[in-house]
Amino acid sequence: MLNRIQAVAQRPIARRWLAATAGLAMALAALPAKAQDTIKVGILHSLSGTMAISETTLKDVMLMLIDEQNKKGGLLGKKLEAVVVDPASNWPLFAEKARELITKDKVAAVFGCWTSVSRKSVLPVFKELNGLLFYPVQYEGEESERNVFYTGAAPNQQAIPAVDYLMKEEKVQRWVLAGTDYVYPRTTNKILEAYLKQKGVKPDDIMINYTPFGHSDWQTIVADVKKFGSAGKKTAVVSTINGDANVPFYKELGNQGVKATDIPVVAFSVGEEELAGIDTKPLLGHLAAWNYFESIDTPVNKEFIDKWHAFTKNPKRVTNDPMEAHVIGFAMWVEAVKKAGSTDPDKVIDTIVGVKAPNLTGGTSEMLPNHHITKPVYIGEVRADGQFDVVWKTEGLVPGDAWSKYLEGSKDLIGDWKTLKCGNYNTVTKKCGGGV
Amino acid sequence: MHVLRERVIALVTALGVLVAAGAGAGARAESFDDALAGFAGDSYSDTEKAIEAIAASGNPRAAIVIGALQDARLFFNAGTKKVYVKTESGTLLDAATGEAAAGETISDLKLVRINNRLRRAIEASLGSLTLLAPDPARRFEAAQAVFRSRDAAALPALDAALAKETDAGVKRALTEARAAVILNMSAAKQADQIEAVAIIRARADQDAVALLSALPAAASPAVTRAARDAVAAIQNGLVLWEAAQNAWYGLSLGSVLLLAAIGLAITFGVMGVINMAHGEMVMLGAYTTFAVQELIRSNDPALFGYSLAIALPLAFLVTGTIGILIERTIIRFLYGRPLETLLATWGLSLILQQAVRTTFGPTNREVGAPSWMSGAFEVGHITVTYNRLWIICFALVVFVALLGLLRFTRLGLEMRAVTQNRVMAAAMGIRTSRIDALTFGLGSGIAGIAGVALSQIDNVSPHLGQGYIIDSFMLVVFGGVGNLWGTLVGAFSLGIANKFLEPYAGAVLAKILILVLIILFIQKRPRGLFALRGRAVEA
Repeated sequence: MLNRIQAVAQRPIARRWLAATAGLAMALAALPAKAQDTIKVGILHSLSGTMAISETTLKDVMLMLIDEQNKKGGLLGKKLEAVVVDPASNWPLFAEKARELITKDKVAAVFGCWTSVSRKSVLPVFKELNGLLFYPVQYEGEESERNVFYTGAAPNQQAIPAVDYLMKEEKVQRWVLAGTDYVYPRTTNKILEAYLKQKGVKPDDIMINYTPFGHSDWQTIVADVKKFGSAGKKTAVVSTINGDANVPFYKELGNQGVKATDIPVVAFSVGEEELAGIDTKPLLGHLAAWNYFESIDTPVNKEFIDKWHAFTKNPKRVTNDPMEAHVIGFAMWVEAVKKAGSTDPDKVIDTIVGVKAPNLTGGTSEMLPNHHITKPVYIGEVRADGQFDVVWKTEGLVPGDAWSKYLEGSKDLIGDWKTLKCGNYNTVTKKCGGGV
Repeated sequence: MHVLRERVIALVTALGVLVAAGAGAGARAESFDDALAGFAGDSYSDTEKAIEAIAASGNPRAAIVIGALQDARLFFNAGTKKVYVKTESGTLLDAATGEAAAGETISDLKLVRINNRLRRAIEASLGSLTLLAPDPARRFEAAQAVFRSRDAAALPALDAALAKETDAGVKRALTEARAAVILNMSAAKQADQIEAVAIIRARADQDAVALLSALPAAASPAVTRAARDAVAAIQNGLVLWEAAQNAWYGLSLGSVLLLAAIGLAITFGVMGVINMAHGEMVMLGAYTTFAVQELIRSNDPALFGYSLAIALPLAFLVTGTIGILIERTIIRFLYGRPLETLLATWGLSLILQQAVRTTFGPTNREVGAPSWMSGAFEVGHITVTYNRLWIICFALVVFVALLGLLRFTRLGLEMRAVTQNRVMAAAMGIRTSRIDALTFGLGSGIAGIAGVALSQIDNVSPHLGQGYIIDSFMLVVFGGVGNLWGTLVGAFSLGIANKFLEPYAGAVLAKILILVLIILFIQKRPRGLFALRGRAVEA
């Protein structure tokens, strides 16, 4: 409710601001090169409103990547030009801004969105206008679209390996699936529940709990978790709690003395950026599953972090997983454009499948026919300095599944935009179509 | 019989230790050094083996080394494979000898990394190593650690410690730890195990339930039956405690609601201004706390414990001044035009949010908790966290102070006079416009000090205030506009109702149910719990 009121109120102001900043940006951009000499790249991330906390960083990293590409001589002999818009954490505004980027600014590709609801809201626009969207955040899966490239993790690249780790290494037998009440946690928990049951976990040993956005009073839930965990079996919490609500949650865990050695919490939405707002000492040993950690010690990662610090002029700015997703996505797009010799969306869609790009953890990711990519999966434990210590990783890279193998409605579906030209092909009925 | 057995065991253990110490001192020293090298392997499994070997070595430095490992103060040199302990004051010591490490600097060394499995192993081994520590608090902690690890290897050490123990509390913890170990040993006698069940049953808490429901599969039927009975009995007893716990959580939630709403009870309740920027005053109070802590961190870290006390008056001044400015520049032109006031203050709240976002950045800011506000203690079987306890006390203090101010000071008298009958008050020589500004400033200032308290439990981010604005309005309307007592009673009743609904309905549904209840209540009593009678408010 709050969101809607806020959205209505925020729109006019945000727009005015935007018009002003966009105007300024254009005036500045127009100076060095004429409009037709550049390839425009759209950046669709919220710079105000509730999601600004996460998305502002992604805007900065895109500007850095574009700047770097220009220093290397641009693309196809032209300079790249960033077009930044602010959808202000307002889902309908995302669609409006996406339309503006494609029709008015004529961008070659758009890098953007964070929440699933913002992605769902821009989908029809990208389909209708045949644009390209690179989506950098881990999400619930169950989607494969011709115009979208999912460079974040699908559930089988984050949630499932994390549960496997807890089962094997920590011998967890009892599970609390705690999440914020919206589409990503609900779908992920549905997949995890089906997976756990398949692994022989009894329904009594699974507790599912949803909380509203921005929930701040965690006393009852933490007490419930403690109680649930005292049934004599090793218990773990799998958390899909989103954004801001995590800080009070971890504070309450620390205050009530729930230690990672007793009940570990593995989180899918908590990274270096989120931990920057809390004292991490009580959280030592709690876990997070990602495809990238800032602490991973590879030469490429070190180089990237140095560049990031130099670009932001702030040696304390942390790096995180969705940033790496943009790095990979951008490199893949550049590669595909070079291969196609054009920025035409249809040509890029045809050439990008199979394109490889180095990730920051030392491997090489590949764009798959279902428009997801291959990624390594890491489990990290929270350190005292707010970084993560990698305690486990998958052998090799895991290909992203657009459709979960563990859900009734989607287990027969595959996405293949190379040969089948279909996002939801049913391998049993041999027909395109089906699923959600 | 029981005592005798314990004595015999103690004697045997003591003898055993003596003999071992005499015979194998040389070999032990060697095995300690060998074990230390395991830490330099930079692999979790090597480290785990090293912990076990060191704990078993009987070396007096074992507890120091393992303690350093736990606190991330154990380092190794990747080249020479030598292991060093950093003391709490920051000097480097050779782990094997305890002498100062010459020619090594911390930057050349790597930290020995640990994960959760190792943390558990460390706790278990530190537990049995420190059972005989001179400090009773440490012995108590050690007994708790053994209780959790239930490591059969700790039994001789436990018996030795029990024989020596004089402190009653530690003795009980040791007995319980011993019972836990015996229950977990398949080789233990049935009679001993049944006795152990009785000891654990007397603990009657959540940990006892956990222990008794996780007996090894090989336990005899009699033991299993006794354990099952004990679990049922404990759980029956815990039901009442659970209700008490919910009531406590309700009080705590109520105090947060009260703090957030009490400033609004002045600006909206007493003055009738629909102030949508109220939440932003709370947010500014929280950011003032952040700024104060930053200053203290960079200038005088010793003052950190007082940071909240310093932030309180500052937050009051900052937000109070902003409140007065807002009243003088915007609100005073809009009295009697509620719609425009709503829109103007709303716009203002967005401006304030964006201003803070540009100044402090969009990300959360870390506000630390002084040590007296972290942690928890147990009352019976209720966990009481210090931060919540202090916030309840603080909310009540603020409430009483505000009540006193309105009731007993000249300013309070004038405020009441102006809100009850402005024209009459003006005729009596009260400068009503000055009183309006001061009242609005007071309400905003109170919101600011609420922000200081809320920074301890919530995110300090630009939209901190938005989470509270709807609840605050709801509360003031529910409690009865213009009545502070209504706000108090409303806050605590809503908090408690919410917390009793939450375990059954879940957090999302509980919130919806509360909203529905309030809507129904307002239908029945449109003027809230404590309605002001007469023609006062309309004037």
